[in-house]
Amino acid sequence: MSTLVPRGRRPQNLTIGRVGVYAFLATAALFFLLPLWIMVMTSLKPMDEIRLGNILALPAALTVEAWSKAWSSACTGLECNGISVGFWNSVRILIPSVILSIVAGAINGYALSFWRVKGANVMFGVLLLGAFIPYQVFLYPLVRIFSMTGIYNSLTCIVLVHVIFGLPTMTLLFRNYYAGLPIELFKAARIDGGGFWSIFFRVILPMSTPILVVATILQVTGIWNDFIFGLTFAGRENLPMTVQLNNIVHSTQGERAYNVDMAATMLAALVPLVVYFVSGRWFVRGIAAGAVKG
Amino acid sequence: MSSVSVRDVTVAFEAVQVFDGLSLDISEGEFIVLLGPSGCGKSTLLNAIAGLLDVAEGQIWINGKNVTWEEPKDRGIAMVFQSYALYPRMSVRENMSFGLKMAKTPRPEIEKRVAKAAELLQITPLLDRRPDQLSGGQRQRVAIGRALVRDAAVFLFDEPLSNLDAKLRNELRVEIKRLHARLGKTTMVYVTHDQIEAMTLADRIVVMKEQKIQQIGTPDEIYHRPANLFVAGFVGSPQMNFVKGRIENTGEGLSFLAGDRRLSLSAYPFATAPQAGQEVVLGVRPEHLEIASNGAWPGFKVDIVEPMGADTIVWCSDPVGSVQVRTTGSRKAIPGESLTLHVDPTQVSLFSAETGERL
Repeated sequence: MSTLVPRGRRPQNLTIGRVGVYAFLATAALFFLLPLWIMVMTSLKPMDEIRLGNILALPAALTVEAWSKAWSSACTGLECNGISVGFWNSVRILIPSVILSIVAGAINGYALSFWRVKGANVMFGVLLLGAFIPYQVFLYPLVRIFSMTGIYNSLTCIVLVHVIFGLPTMTLLFRNYYAGLPIELFKAARIDGGGFWSIFFRVILPMSTPILVVATILQVTGIWNDFIFGLTFAGRENLPMTVQLNNIVHSTQGERAYNVDMAATMLAALVPLVVYFVSGRWFVRGIAAGAVKG
Repeated sequence: MSSVSVRDVTVAFEAVQVFDGLSLDISEGEFIVLLGPSGCGKSTLLNAIAGLLDVAEGQIWINGKNVTWEEPKDRGIAMVFQSYALYPRMSVRENMSFGLKMAKTPRPEIEKRVAKAAELLQITPLLDRRPDQLSGGQRQRVAIGRALVRDAAVFLFDEPLSNLDAKLRNELRVEIKRLHARLGKTTMVYVTHDQIEAMTLADRIVVMKEQKIQQIGTPDEIYHRPANLFVAGFVGSPQMNFVKGRIENTGEGLSFLAGDRRLSLSAYPFATAPQAGQEVVLGVRPEHLEIASNGAWPGFKVDIVEPMGADTIVWCSDPVGSVQVRTTGSRKAIPGESLTLHVDPTQVSLFSAETGERL
C-alpha cells in the first residue's frame, strides 16, 4: 500500500458540491444570455423567417436590412427618419450633462471632505435625502418651475435636470473617495500656500483619475438609459434615443416588424454596452469605491 | 525673544474641549519635543500652531507676530508629516518647488533653493523621480527637503519617523539633529510618542497627557527629576521601579519605609517638606539599583534575565512586588538566585501617593 506524503500543493478534488456550483452558474449565465441571443438572431432575419416562429434558430438568410432600417428609416410616429435622430439627440444631452454633473460633484465632494465648510454634514445629509426621494415626486413641480422660467422643453432644461439629479450620487462618490485620501496631503498643500482652487486642480484632481473614470461610467450609462426625464423635459426636438425607441416599437402600421424593433433596441443599448465591455474592470472598482479606501 | 508662543489656547472640536487655556513659550533656535501617549493632544497642539486648526480661545504668536487668525502659509512655518504627504503626481523636484511656485517666487530662485536643499539632504539624484519610486526613508528626506526650501523660521514635525523601520529611524534622527545644528537659528517643534527621539533630539521636552502639560524641562530634568508619577513612568525604558511606602521620622532624620525595608532620606532634596507618616511612592530607575552583597535590601529573587548586549535587565521580586535592575552585560544572573540590592538614596524620586506629584 502506498501512502501519500503531504507535500507541496494540496490535491484538488472535484466534489459533487463543486459540480453543482458550476451547473448553477452555467444555467444562470444561459438564462441571462438568452434574451440577447433572441434579439440578435431576430434582428438579423427577414420577416418571412421570423413568421415561422423558430426564435432560437440561426438566421437562414442573413440580412442587416433591419438594422439599416432601424437606424435611418423606421417611423417614430409621423416622421420616418429612424432612430439615428434620437441617437444624436442623446449624444447632445449626454456630453454636457456628464461633464457638468461630474465637475459639480467633484467640487462638492472636495469641499465637503477637505474644507470642513460650516454645516457641511447637514448639507450632505440633505443632499443624500434628495437622492432617496423618488424622481416622480419632482416631475410636476419642476415642469412648473421650468415653464415659469421659460426654459421648459429645451436642451438646457434636460441638461440641467440631469446635472441636478446627478449631484447627490456624484457628491457621495467623490466625497467618499476624497475621504480615503490622506488628510495630511491637504494640510501639506495648505502650508505650501495652496488656495481652494489651486489645491483642487494641482493636488487633488491629478489623484482622482480612478474615481473620474467611475463617475463617467455611472453617468454615461445612467443618462443614456434615462427615459422619463427625456420624455418630460427635453421637448419634441430633443427627444433622446430611449424615447424614440419607444415610439418606433409602438407606431406600427400593419404587421409588427420584429426585426426592426430588435435592431433598434440593440442600437439604443449599444453605448452602455460598449461602456461596460470596455471598462468592466473600472466599473467593478467603482462600485467598491464607495465603501473602500482608494 | 521667543520664537513660538502659545498663549492660553483653547481648542474645541464641536462641543468637546481639547485644550483649556494651554500656554507654552519656545525660544528662537530651540528644539522642542512634544512627548506623550497617543490622544494626549500633542498633534492637535502642533496643528493649532500650524494654523490647520482654529483655536477657540487664546493667541498664537510666531516670531513676535500674532498669527492667531493667519493662514498657515502666512505664519512662516514649514511642516513635515508622518505619512510624508508628498504630492503623488509630482516629481520630487515639483514637490519641493510647489510651495515656492504658489508664492510666485522667481524661477531661478526656486531652482537655487531646491538644489541647495537637495544637496543638504543628499537627494539630488532623486529629483526627477516620482514619490512612488522612492523608499520610505527617501520619501521622508524629500518631505524634509520640501519643508527646507520654504526657508521658514519654525519647523513643525508631526511624528516624522514613526512610519520608518528602526534602522532608518535612527539614521534620520541623527540627520534631523545635524540639520538643526546646521540651520542654526531655526526653531523646531517635534511631536513624537517615542521617548528615545525625545531624549536625543530635544533641548526641552514637553510631556503631555490628557491634553495637559505634565512637565516642561531638559531631557536631563525629565529623566532624573520627573515632576509626577506619569512622567516618571512614561519616560525611561525599562520603566522606573515604583515602591509604595511611607515616610517616618526615625532617629537619624526622615526615612522611607516599605514593610521592613527602609531608606534614609537625609540626602533627598525635598521640594516641599513632607510630614511623618505620609503615604508615598518611591521611584528608582533600574540603573540606580545595584546588586551588592552588602546592600540594605535583601531577599529578592531573580525571575527573568534579559540580556541586551551592553547591559542586562534582571527582573527580581520579593513577596511585595517586583523590580527591574539594570546591570552590566557581563553580570550573569540565574533565575531563582537570591539577591541583595543597594539603592542609591541620592538618585531616587519620591511622589505623593495621593496626588502623584513629586515631593
